[in-house]
Amino acid sequence: MENNVFTGEYKRRKRKDIVFRLAILVPTGIVVSLLILILAQVVMNGSKSLNLDFFFQQQKPFGEVGGGVVQAIVGTIMVLVVAIVIALPVSLLAALYLYEHKGSKRANVLLDVVSTLQGIPSIVIGVVIYIWVVVPLKTFSAFAGGIALSIVMLPLMISMIKESLDMVPSSYLEAALALGVPRWRAVVEIIVPAAASGILEATGLGIARAAGETAPLIFTSFGNPFLSLNFMAPVSALPLVIYEYVKSPYDDWHQKAWGAALLLVLFVLSLNLLIGTRKKR
Amino acid sequence: MNDKRFNVLLGFAAMVVVFIFAGFLFTLVVQSLPAVKQEGAAFLYGSEWNPVTTRFGALPFIIGTLMTSAIALAIAIPLSLSAGIVMGEYVNSLWLRSVLNTLINVLASIPSVVFGLWGIEVVIPLVRSLAMSVGAPPYGAGILSASLVLAIMIIPYMSSMTREALVNVHAGLREGAYALGLTKQEVVTGIALPFAKNSIFAGILLSLGRALGETMAVTMLIGNATRIPTSLFSLGNTLASVIASQFNEAASDVHRSAMMGLALILFVITMIIGWFGRTLMRKGVGAHGE
Repeated sequence: MENNVFTGEYKRRKRKDIVFRLAILVPTGIVVSLLILILAQVVMNGSKSLNLDFFFQQQKPFGEVGGGVVQAIVGTIMVLVVAIVIALPVSLLAALYLYEHKGSKRANVLLDVVSTLQGIPSIVIGVVIYIWVVVPLKTFSAFAGGIALSIVMLPLMISMIKESLDMVPSSYLEAALALGVPRWRAVVEIIVPAAASGILEATGLGIARAAGETAPLIFTSFGNPFLSLNFMAPVSALPLVIYEYVKSPYDDWHQKAWGAALLLVLFVLSLNLLIGTRKKR
Repeated sequence: MNDKRFNVLLGFAAMVVVFIFAGFLFTLVVQSLPAVKQEGAAFLYGSEWNPVTTRFGALPFIIGTLMTSAIALAIAIPLSLSAGIVMGEYVNSLWLRSVLNTLINVLASIPSVVFGLWGIEVVIPLVRSLAMSVGAPPYGAGILSASLVLAIMIIPYMSSMTREALVNVHAGLREGAYALGLTKQEVVTGIALPFAKNSIFAGILLSLGRALGETMAVTMLIGNATRIPTSLFSLGNTLASVIASQFNEAASDVHRSAMMGLALILFVITMIIGWFGRTLMRKGVGAHGE
């Protein structure tokens, strides 16, 4: 009881501390429960429609119950293959450019361009690739969809690969150069292999990122109710199927949209978790 | 192969990336010219969008975009800041911290179209009953539904940016403040937040950039009307959602060109916001360095 002014002040501060704690814990609780709720609803609604037919059957005609989404699963794989075949070499070489010209003015410009590309809304990528690829080829195609997705992947992969190249100790390069190895061989045979796991991670995250994209596909790969293996023809994809089915009036199709959503989430998640656990090691 | 050729190859890849960016801008400008020529400046402020009479004013969608993004930010900012502060300052158990981080990362990686599906099946019925109870038109879809789902979509992103900004505040500052006998709240609001404010604001800007360009979830929830939205329960469209819903069914070349113009507006806005966000981010990182 030495000083009532101080104990009073201390109590007031202590109360304020508790009020603040409540004021941030309550909203955090709301956020966390909302996020868990969404995840739980995707899992519960989606798991009801996962069966063998779902994976191996094609879509049934309008209004008929049954069938599956194999055309979308195959279509998604096709556009992702095209995308990665384009994005991996370009992003690796562009990242090597950044590595070789570290700190130069041109490299900084390229870095700025990469960050800007990363911020482009994916719908804009869709319309531009429509003009660049669909209009000249006169057809929607898996090829056009893949190009659109490769542009979604590029900025992410360039910055991730650049980071993993930068993490290779510079003594590796110096040692190789000191032994008289030409610079390009030192980079290709020493630096790139040393960064291989990072490049692999970048590829995985690029795929995970592009797999869920819908907007760039609507005007490029377009969608297709039938299974098609032709890269120059329209193909379906899992995100397109979700978008299309949920607009339909059929309960069975809504159910399938949830199934496709769960499949997509599981695919993206397992890629992310796989990469996450690799990183920790 | 020799060093020279190798360098040429790398330079070529770098040029490809720069050309993609320049080509985007070029294509959008050229393709939007017919519509812009026809409408003039009214393309930006005209309030009528009618493919039949070929009047193309972007104002309804500019307003729709600003409304949904503003409402989404207003909802997301307090929730994300709270969650970011809790994760960055209050959770000490390593286990709980990694659980929260994983949850946030998982939600950040869920595709937009899945949020759209969830919104249609869960949020729209809720908004519809809310609309009925206040006597508004019971569409369910509309500005409010789109904004709510948009808010949920940017929360994971914004809260992890906030958390990171706080974690980057120099530990010595915090320890010094505790040593002076400050309460946790005083340390957070008086020391940590002021030091992290540039990075946090950058996180908000980058989230805004995402919200403005977000397409699928909004397209599925906003009701796709080409009028200027007048209330929370109005149907509407954003720049992105009108492109997604009309581009494949474009009625004429001018209609398609007008949508390229909308894409150009979107491209330029997100580019400017992204640039501001990154500049602030760099400034924020500099401030922690002392």
